[in-house]
Amino acid sequence: MINKYRWWEIVGIYLGIALFLMFILAPFLEAFLVSMRPLNRINSIPYKIVTENMSFEAYFTMWENVPRLARYIWNSFFIATCVTIIVLIAVVPAAWAFARFEFKGRDAMLAAFLAINMVGGAVLIIPLFQLMRNLGLLNTYMAMIIPGAAFLIPTAIWLLRSYLMKIPRELEEAAWVDGASRPYILLKVILPIAMPGIVVVAIATFIGAYAQQFLFALTFNSNSDLHPLPVGIYQFFGRQTVVWNEVMAASLVGILPVLIIYIFLQRYIIAGLTAGAVKE
Amino acid sequence: MQAMGGRPNVFPYLLLLPALFITLAIVAWPLLETVRLSFTDASLKPTEEFIGFANYEKIFSRNFPEVIGRTFYWMAISVSLKMIVGVLGAMLLNSAVPGRSFFRVLVMPPWIVPIAIGVFMWRWMYNGQFGMISGVAQHLGILAGPYEFLGDRTGAFYSTVVTDVWVGTPMVTIYLLAAMQSISPDLHEAAWVDGASRWYRFRRITLPLIMPAVATMGLLSAIWTFNSFDIIWILTEGGPRGSTTTMIIDTYKTAISRNRYGEGAARAVMIVIFLSSFAAFYFCMLSRMARRSLNNDK
Repeated sequence: MINKYRWWEIVGIYLGIALFLMFILAPFLEAFLVSMRPLNRINSIPYKIVTENMSFEAYFTMWENVPRLARYIWNSFFIATCVTIIVLIAVVPAAWAFARFEFKGRDAMLAAFLAINMVGGAVLIIPLFQLMRNLGLLNTYMAMIIPGAAFLIPTAIWLLRSYLMKIPRELEEAAWVDGASRPYILLKVILPIAMPGIVVVAIATFIGAYAQQFLFALTFNSNSDLHPLPVGIYQFFGRQTVVWNEVMAASLVGILPVLIIYIFLQRYIIAGLTAGAVKE
Repeated sequence: MQAMGGRPNVFPYLLLLPALFITLAIVAWPLLETVRLSFTDASLKPTEEFIGFANYEKIFSRNFPEVIGRTFYWMAISVSLKMIVGVLGAMLLNSAVPGRSFFRVLVMPPWIVPIAIGVFMWRWMYNGQFGMISGVAQHLGILAGPYEFLGDRTGAFYSTVVTDVWVGTPMVTIYLLAAMQSISPDLHEAAWVDGASRWYRFRRITLPLIMPAVATMGLLSAIWTFNSFDIIWILTEGGPRGSTTTMIIDTYKTAISRNRYGEGAARAVMIVIFLSSFAAFYFCMLSRMARRSLNNDK
């Protein structure tokens, strides 16, 4: 075994990790503490980390006081789910094409897909706004779903392509020799074997779609009934009296679903996320 | 799969159709349309006219050079901090101490939760009267009184940087950690047998071997940071007095808040030009690395 740490090295490492994690987790801790404080204690000076009368009350009262909160959470889920479905429909065949077939312009197209990752939605906001207006999609779910999906497709293609390349091609060739058509092979041979990879892509896409619901909703939608949670809460900020403990409670409830998914599937998610950045 | 199907393949193109259709409509066409609009005086009025380079002359005679400088300064500080904190974090999480797999799980949340919601939390933290940072700093005697972090130009500028670092660090850390873990333990053991200290091994083995990963991540991170919109918009909307107005924020304000599509498009085209040069750099680096690893395999 390689040299062991001396005691002061171990202390140093734990101290370093503690500092590092404090930076990462402090906002969550702060949000939790604020959500637990009674409203008249939030604005108390001097600052105290723990104040008297902490309770979960805000988590119950927020459903009445933050208008449409349940609706916002539902919208967030609905938008992220639709984005994931569209991405999968587009990506599964595309990734198969890139992984298995040889055709003119394949590498150039693959690189072009990669290049899409370099342009953020905000850069293209003007023509996108006009496009949504001309298609009559402003103030509909579609205005948030379609652009959201487009920007998640490239990473998903890369992720699934590298997974499909690891599947032995003999299986498909055997089916081909037996006279199966190519659509049949895609649906009945590839889809079942690639399921684990597709699930990873679906989870990564869902989390991405859930995380990025701000710009398009802010710009293309002014119908409060359709807003996803981040924009719903953001609009709440402008009001005269912001009920901060309930806003923080709502924020925490809004991130809970992704945190739960993450805790159970973190190994796959980390693999998915890092593969998206590695690009080979 | 040449064996499958004799005639020239149309099939792969059919497979690509859905993905191509969406990305062409939502990314490629808008990109070209932005370039076209940048040469027009498009606004809310129903007609638009071709006006040549007038938009570009206009923006460059105004505050635009200053905005470019600020954007690069903002990006440089943010990316350097992300890389430094990321390397340190990856080093710490790579050390063989009990509990490390648990600590690794705790790193990721800022990256996976909705960015906007994470930024709401920061907005409260930066509050001078009741926020945690100002409060704790006063308790520790660092600050004499309440300090509104988003209230003045310098404070707002660096506060948005810190939040951007917070969002970006998990990805950098996890990516570099993966790079560190792919280093063969044999290398470290051989060096250890020869009497190399831990610091020496870090400098001569770990650091050179993760350098390609640091370079790749640094460049990707620069591209993402350049595109960053949500963080600044939610914290300051580009204020106070323009101190956090980066190129993206500037474009959005011109185009969407003030409905000057032509002028906004000219600003967006400048962003695309910068982004393309980053992208070109990134692709060159990837292909250089691919070639080098091929040579090593021989």
